[in-house]
Amino acid sequence: MRDRLLFTGQLLFTLLVAAFLVVPAGLSIAAGVTVNYFRGIASGVTLEWVAQVWELYAGTILLSYVIALATLAVTLLAGVPAAYALHVRSGKISRMIEELITLPVAIPGLALALALLLTYGGASEFRRSWLFILVGHVIFTIPFMVRSVMAVFATVDVKTLDEGAASLGASPWRRFRDVIVPNAVPGILAGSLMVVTLSLGEFNLTWMLHTPLTKTLPIGLADSYASMRLEVASAYTLIFFIMIIPLLVAMQLFADGKQTR
Amino acid sequence: MSHRSFVGLCLLPLAVVTAAFFLLPMARLIATGAEGPQGLAGYLAILVEPRYRATLINTVLLATATTLVTLIVATIVGMFLQRHRFPGRSILIAMLTFPLAFPGVVVGFMIILLAGRQGVIGDLSSHLTGQKLVFAYSIYGLFLGYLYFSIPRVILTIMAAVQKLDPGLEEAARSLGAGPWAVQRDVVLPALAPAFVASGAIAFATAMGAFGTAFTLATNIDVLPMLIYTEFTLAANFATSAALSVGLGVITWFILALARSFSGSAVAAAG
Repeated sequence: MRDRLLFTGQLLFTLLVAAFLVVPAGLSIAAGVTVNYFRGIASGVTLEWVAQVWELYAGTILLSYVIALATLAVTLLAGVPAAYALHVRSGKISRMIEELITLPVAIPGLALALALLLTYGGASEFRRSWLFILVGHVIFTIPFMVRSVMAVFATVDVKTLDEGAASLGASPWRRFRDVIVPNAVPGILAGSLMVVTLSLGEFNLTWMLHTPLTKTLPIGLADSYASMRLEVASAYTLIFFIMIIPLLVAMQLFADGKQTR
Repeated sequence: MSHRSFVGLCLLPLAVVTAAFFLLPMARLIATGAEGPQGLAGYLAILVEPRYRATLINTVLLATATTLVTLIVATIVGMFLQRHRFPGRSILIAMLTFPLAFPGVVVGFMIILLAGRQGVIGDLSSHLTGQKLVFAYSIYGLFLGYLYFSIPRVILTIMAAVQKLDPGLEEAARSLGAGPWAVQRDVVLPALAPAFVASGAIAFATAMGAFGTAFTLATNIDVLPMLIYTEFTLAANFATSAALSVGLGVITWFILALARSFSGSAVAAAG
């Protein structure tokens, strides 16, 4: 009896917390397709707001994808070889480097953005282009790629595989391409999902680094929250959910797969 | 090419990117902090200047409250979800963790939908008491927003920690005559301490530095990230905003490093 009561109490509490998290997201989805939110869903269902968002903000959505994919490319090119090097040369210096590149995760995005602005704000061509935002995203996301790949190296014995291939006469580059990278695929995939998700949703850095001509999706969102009617802001949020949820589901499936293995 | 130089080459792209776009800018930021009219003493302004100090205290109190409430809520929920199997459990877990990837601005909007001028809480309260409750744009709204993004993270950590607990210890305590509360207090909670430290530190550091949520709810909330933002963009006070953001960065980094030395695992703040 007592256990039953305790179970019910905890379940109700958990449901309440879940409602706190899910109800506003549900409201925002509903508001995005409602003719008039103030009068409620009875006023009818429409895609007018979604269309309006597309008209006003399609550019921000496109730029967000461009930046996310470019961030992914840079983090792959710089992060994967670095993870290999840091793993192979696991000494004091490697740990220091790892520590150093992880710092941007522990520092608020606002501080990073100010640092970039103070240093490169005067280089106007660079400052005005979307590459400026790309740089911020790369610094912020690269530790996730490096760590994710290094985590895989820690579980498969890369050193032995590498030495085996070397003893058969394979050059360092061939070993990296044919032995190291294929073995790192799970970490590369997990890191890539993380990098793209973080880049698509990044606001703190991007708000400081953007210009009127380089607005990403979260910047547009902030803009619509401040100046658009609730239905339009909600429709825009709905589009963001549609973009981000497949990535989250993929990440979840990936984590589950790792657990059962 | 020798193996050694190949490994060196592998590090080169990362080294270039980090040096040019992190180390150099950070050095510039730290130098700028000392370039104000007060020189190096500008760094003390965060503690000495009454307005900045009040904001710092405000931010620390808000982050502490967020951390404590999040830990309590997440422990009850995480323990419950890990210890019981029932239909709909995995859907419930998915519902509790999906806000993980929401940027701060979106969290701010969620709070507006809950407690803003057209929010559900206001609707409910005006039905029940005739008074419309609107608090999204106050410090309570911001507090709710911080809870919104820290609860999912902490629930995940607590669930993982509960899973690793040895049920034998609890059985032993029970067989020795300990009541359910004593088992919780003397066996379960101490065993979860490292998870509390690690996830509490992340919640605290994130709440200290979160900008997007405060920006969306904006108006008259006095927290450190908003102060830095207004000093930089509105007052063009570069030295002060640099000094303040170095101070903020040191605080969040220190908290996370402290937590890591306790728990031994990697922790990160985002949002």
